[in-house]
Amino acid sequence: MTQPVSPPRDTADKVPAAELPAWRSLVGRVDVRTLSLLGVLAALVLIGGITKPDEFLDTRNLQLVLTQASVIGVVTVGMTFVITSGGIDLSVGAIVALASVWATTVATQEYGFAGILFTAVVVGVGCGLVNGLLIAYGGMVPFIATLAMLASARGLALQITDGRTQIVTVDGILKLGERDSYVLGIPPLVLVFAVVTVIGWLLLNRTTFGRRTVAVGGNAEAARLAGIDVRRQRLYLYLLSGLCCGIAAFLLIILSGSGQNTNGNLYELDAIAAAIIGGTLLTGGRGTITGSVLGVLVFTTITDIFALNNLQSDVQQIAKGAIIVAAVLVQRRTASTT
Amino acid sequence: MSPHTSRRGLLFGTAAVSAGAFLAGCTSNEVKDDKPAANDQPAAGDKPGKHVTIGFAGPQADHGWLNAINDNAESRAKKYSDVTLEITEGSNDTAAQIGQIETLINKKVDVLVVLPADGKALTQVGLKAMRAGIPVVNLDRVFNTPQAYRCWIGGDNYGMGLNAGHYIGEKLKGKANARVIELAGLDNLELTKQRTQGFDDALKNYPNIKKVARQAADFTVESGQAKMAQLLQAQPEFDALWNHDDDQGVGALRAIQQAGRDDFLMVGGAGALSAFQAIKQDNSVLKATVLYPPTMAASAIDLARALGQGKGVGGLAEYEIPASITLYSAVVDKDNVDRYMPTGFR
Repeated sequence: MTQPVSPPRDTADKVPAAELPAWRSLVGRVDVRTLSLLGVLAALVLIGGITKPDEFLDTRNLQLVLTQASVIGVVTVGMTFVITSGGIDLSVGAIVALASVWATTVATQEYGFAGILFTAVVVGVGCGLVNGLLIAYGGMVPFIATLAMLASARGLALQITDGRTQIVTVDGILKLGERDSYVLGIPPLVLVFAVVTVIGWLLLNRTTFGRRTVAVGGNAEAARLAGIDVRRQRLYLYLLSGLCCGIAAFLLIILSGSGQNTNGNLYELDAIAAAIIGGTLLTGGRGTITGSVLGVLVFTTITDIFALNNLQSDVQQIAKGAIIVAAVLVQRRTASTT
Repeated sequence: MSPHTSRRGLLFGTAAVSAGAFLAGCTSNEVKDDKPAANDQPAAGDKPGKHVTIGFAGPQADHGWLNAINDNAESRAKKYSDVTLEITEGSNDTAAQIGQIETLINKKVDVLVVLPADGKALTQVGLKAMRAGIPVVNLDRVFNTPQAYRCWIGGDNYGMGLNAGHYIGEKLKGKANARVIELAGLDNLELTKQRTQGFDDALKNYPNIKKVARQAADFTVESGQAKMAQLLQAQPEFDALWNHDDDQGVGALRAIQQAGRDDFLMVGGAGALSAFQAIKQDNSVLKATVLYPPTMAASAIDLARALGQGKGVGGLAEYEIPASITLYSAVVDKDNVDRYMPTGFR
C-alpha cells in the first residue's frame, strides 16, 4: 500500500505533503473522488437504514447486495483497464451471454464443474482475443470492433440455445450458490469478486503492466516513443476484459443455475457507468479499480433500496438517472476544490 | 442484436426454451377444458380439399414461447396434405417484416398468417394484403384495425392474471390477512399491464388478501433471479407469489432455493415444460402455472386452411370461420398437469 521513501509522485509535484494539514494530505493520497463516492454510498446506506431498518440492515441483505454486485463487478474490473487505456468494450454483455450458453450446453455439462468453468473462461478469452487483434493489429476503432463483437456474440448465443434456457444440472455448481457453501458468512461469488478486485488493483497500481496501461491511455504516441509496445499492450487489455467476462459468466451460471442468450443484458452500459462514476476517465489515462468497485456497489445498493421499498420500475429508472447525475456532480465539486 | 431489439424480441415473452423435435411429435393440443376428446382434431375437418398455400410471417424466435409458435405452425401444416406453408425468416425489425410480408403478397399466397413483432407498426401491410384479396389471420399481437385482418386468434393476458388471482384466492380463502406478491414481466409492455390488471381484479373478490409488493423483471432468468432475491429480502413473510412468466420463473425458483424459503405458494405463467415438471414432482413452491398456449399457432393454420377452402370450423354452426378467437388461460396444477405436459415448451 505505502511507498516508504516518498509520497506518490503526482501529489509531490503539486504541493509538498508537509505543508498540508494532515487530513488534506490523507485526502490527497486516498483520492478525492473515491472518498466522495464513499460518501454517496454512506448516504445510500443511511437512506436504506431509515426507510427499511429491519430488512436493509441485515446480514442477509448485505450478502445479497454483494452477491448481486459480483457478476457485474468482475466485468467492471476488466472494463476499467480497457477504459483507462483509452478504449471501450461494448461487447462485455454479449460475451457473458455467449460464454454462459456455451458453457451450459448439454455436451459441456457432461464434463461437470471443471468443464463448465474451463469453457466459460476459454470462450471469454477467445472473444477478447478477437477484439484485441481487430483493435491492436487490425487498426479498428474499439467502439466499432466491440460493437461488431456484441452483435455476433449475441447472435451466436441465440443460435446455440435456439432461444432455450439451458438449465444447469451439475450439482457442484448449484451448491456454490447456496447458503451451505458460504465461507465465514461470505458467499463464494463474493470471494471471487474480492480476489478479482485485489488482483486488478495490484495489476493497475503496482505493476509495469498497469503503468503501461495508463501511459497508453494518456498519450499513445508518447508511450510508443517511450518504448512501450502499444499494440501488444492493447491486445492484452482486451484479453483481460474477455477473461473477466468469462469469469463473470461462470458466476452468473452459479447464480441463476442456467445459461440463456439474454444473459448479461446491458452489462456494457452498467460497467461503463460504474467505471466513470468511480472516477476512471472515459478519455483514458486515469483509472481506479477502487472507484469502479464502489460505483458498482452504489448501483447495486440503489437497486436494493428500491426493491425493499417496492418502488416500480419507472420510478426506479428516473431515480437511478438522477443519482448518476448527482454522483458525478458531487465528484466534480469535490475534485475542483482540492 | 442490439439490447433494444433483444428486449423487443422478448415481447410476449413467455417462458423459455423451445422444443423442436419434441414438440413436432406432439403439437396440436387444443387447450380447452371442456373438450378433451377434441384435442387432436384439427378445427376445420380433416378431409383433404382444395390446395391452399399459406404464408407465415413471425418475429425472431429468440424466446422459448416464440420457438414453440413456429414449431406449432410448421408441424400442423405438415399434417395437411393439401397445405403448403411458406414460412419467412423471423425478424423483430419492422421494416424487414413488412418486406417479407410484401414478398408473400407478391407470391400470391392464398392466405397469410402473421404474428407481428409490433402489431401497430404492421397494420398497414395487413391492410395491403387484405386489399390484394389475401385474407389475413392475425396471430396474437393485434393489428390496429379489424380491417387489416379477417380473423384474429391469440392469448388472453387479462385472463391469465384473473385466473392466477382466483387460483391463489381460493387457496388462501380461509387465511386471515393473507399477503401475496407479484413478480411481473417487462413493465413497458402492454401485456404486462393487462396481466397485472387481471390479477388485481381477481384479488378484489377476496377481502382477506392484500397484495403487498410487486416488482417487474425482464422475462429473463437473470432478471428473475435478481428481482426475486430482492423481493424475498423485502418480504420476510407472505403466502403466495404470482410470477408472470415461467422463463424468469427458472431464475425466481433459483432465488427462492438460495434463500431457503418454502413458506409460500407460487403460481407461474405461460406453460413451460420445466414448470410442468416441477408442478408434477411437487417438490418446490411452484404449485401451478397459468397457460398462454403456443398451440394458437397450430389453430391459426387450421383457420387459414379453412379460409382458403371456404369452410367453417368443425363443431360450430357457422358457415365461415369466426372473426376472433381468444384462447383460454387455464390453470395447470398437479391434478391436470399430465394432460398439458405435451404442450409444454422448452
